[in-house]
Amino acid sequence: MDLLYTPSQTQFREEVRAWLGAHVPAHKLQSFDTPEGFEQHRQWEKTLAAGNWGMVTWPKEFGGRACDLIEWLIFEEEYYRAGAPLRVNQNGIFLLGPTLMEYGTEAQKARFISAMASGEEIWAQAWSEPNAGSDMAAIRCRADREGNEFVINGQKIWSTRAVYADYAFGLFRTDPDSSRHHGLSFILVPLDAPGVTVRPIDQLNGLPGFAEIFFDNVRVSDFNLLGGEGEGWNIAMATAGFERGLMLRSPARFQQASKRLVELYRQRRNDILDLSIEDSVVRCYMDAEAYALSTYQTASRLVAGGKIGAESSCNKIFWSELDIRIHETALSLLGARAEVEPDGEMDTSDLGAWLDGFLFAQSGPIYAGTNEIQRNIIAERMLGMPRK
Amino acid sequence: MDFTFTEDQLAFRDSIRSVLEKEVTPASIRARWQSDHGEDSAALNMLNELGVMALLVPEAQGGLGMDWVDFILLAETCGYAALPETVVDDAMVATGMLTDLVSLGQHVDQVSALLASMATGAKRVGCAHIINPYSNFAHRKDWMLLSNGNDVHLVPRSDLTLSAVNSVDKSRRLQKIDWTPSRRTRVADGEIGAGLQRAALNRGALGTAAQLLGLAQAMIRQSVDYTSTREQFGRAIGTNQAVKHLLADCAVSVEFAGPAVYRAAYTVSVAPQRADWAVSHAKAAAGAAAELCARNAIQSHGAMGYTWECDLQIWAKRAWALSKEWGDGGFHKNRIHEWLLQPNALLGPEFTFGKRYIEIAESAAA
Repeated sequence: MDLLYTPSQTQFREEVRAWLGAHVPAHKLQSFDTPEGFEQHRQWEKTLAAGNWGMVTWPKEFGGRACDLIEWLIFEEEYYRAGAPLRVNQNGIFLLGPTLMEYGTEAQKARFISAMASGEEIWAQAWSEPNAGSDMAAIRCRADREGNEFVINGQKIWSTRAVYADYAFGLFRTDPDSSRHHGLSFILVPLDAPGVTVRPIDQLNGLPGFAEIFFDNVRVSDFNLLGGEGEGWNIAMATAGFERGLMLRSPARFQQASKRLVELYRQRRNDILDLSIEDSVVRCYMDAEAYALSTYQTASRLVAGGKIGAESSCNKIFWSELDIRIHETALSLLGARAEVEPDGEMDTSDLGAWLDGFLFAQSGPIYAGTNEIQRNIIAERMLGMPRK
Repeated sequence: MDFTFTEDQLAFRDSIRSVLEKEVTPASIRARWQSDHGEDSAALNMLNELGVMALLVPEAQGGLGMDWVDFILLAETCGYAALPETVVDDAMVATGMLTDLVSLGQHVDQVSALLASMATGAKRVGCAHIINPYSNFAHRKDWMLLSNGNDVHLVPRSDLTLSAVNSVDKSRRLQKIDWTPSRRTRVADGEIGAGLQRAALNRGALGTAAQLLGLAQAMIRQSVDYTSTREQFGRAIGTNQAVKHLLADCAVSVEFAGPAVYRAAYTVSVAPQRADWAVSHAKAAAGAAAELCARNAIQSHGAMGYTWECDLQIWAKRAWALSKEWGDGGFHKNRIHEWLLQPNALLGPEFTFGKRYIEIAESAAA
């Protein structure tokens, strides 16, 4: 055990810090769930890619820096320290990218990865359906093979970023006689294809962060089939596995939020009557640290050649509940002013940012597999409790 | 940056665990409850033969000169086994303080000799700290390290008046210690004495945090086993989501307390003067995890969990006692709170591992 950064890791941190210091936009971008904000964020992805900072863990041939996971953590720490914009293409770079690298053909990698890394193509997810939420194996949206094409009919819902995105990836039923997790295929669909209708769904903050997608005889080339026909379930599980367990939400995000919470607490604590606040602030700080420590531990093990286990299911529960607690505590510190919306006339501080974060935090325990599903996975796969 | 244990450290943990699983059974623990002094001499001899008491003793005094990171998995394993004997406290706190005395040049001959006999198990030394009102198994120690204000005394048992106090955990044998400080027994005073006591508090809290982690894991294991076999409505009760989620919550709490305990062990080893916040995080998190596991484990066992017969009580009661020993959750969260309020506290991800990153950068620049 050696919890010191090596000279080269320290140098890497300084390099990241210097580049971000010179490039992070001075003014906060608009939300990427608005048309202007989306384009601003796409521009930021292009800036990142131009400096080869888009996905530092990717191989150099795809615009990455072949960094290990410890360096990735350092990059993320600096990224959140600099207050850099959120990643509008996170569906692509964090989820689809690694999956493409593992399951894609050379031609598919050449076609999709560079365009993803450069921000030319922004990706949406298309997993859930009206009757296939937590029970994803209940997917019914069909993709019938006709020669070199699939003809897609059906509906997807809760598709994150789909309103302005260029492409969506998801699971479709290619074998009409199949059931459950058999007969599903992983297909990449251009959202401007004829027959695609995207209907925005406003989220709790009033912005269309996700959408319903209707497919009416949408024809997609079988070039866009990732992996074998009917093998979609396993590929989707891989997408939801390693990268999602470790990389979906990096600890630095919560450490910065808890640091801001401590600062807010220092300013406001003499005006607060709620006796539980002190304990909440301390716990938020401890838990943000704990999530970082756990991630460093896992990253060290993986760098040393180990494998991620079922214990990674604990991550999502921990950070999503932490995120809610951080923001609940902040709103308690703000008291009656907590309801003031971001960018309002009265919002001269980052008052509204806490409210914004609070609203977003509500989604954490729901998306990427609800926390109830995660608890089932922990009980059955990590602890070995009986399924039936 | 390498947040893993070595193969050797893990192998040592595994070998101690398999010995403890065989030798420290619920039956042998219950047998201790019936005995006068509360210890199992055979278990103590076995641990001495394995060199447990010698691990942290410096090589100059015949020990192995290992550090807290080497020892921490062993402390966790003692918790997992609910070992009643106080080897973790003695090895970490008493040995640590005696070692400090030698390196500070205080009473070197006497203390070195004592350390050498501790390493073989010939002599036993305990350490009482004012944060704990009673001292566990003080009646079984040859010497006790005691404090009086800043002064630290090394007192033979014959100079102490001990009165037994019953603990909810029958494996613990608490003693109230009455004694009269005298110059004859004083081994440190002033700033040195205060420093020794501060270090003792962190080492005691660290060792206890590791034991709490082990206790928590053991209670999860027992609950998984019980709910996988106990049937109601024609199937194992562990198939019910409500039961699964009770234990999943326990697993999450343990999963995120462990790394905090390991960071604290590292920090106590490399930067003891700055270990307060890391130790307090470890103790508060491990204590909370063990308390949650005790509660949910009893619930998972149903009425059985509320019986004297069920062995779960051995672990649950230890968790209740240790979560309060060496500073309860309030004490340790308050230390973190004070630290967070310091205007110059270094917060944020680049300081997860303390101030050392900055220092290394500075020395590299210089």
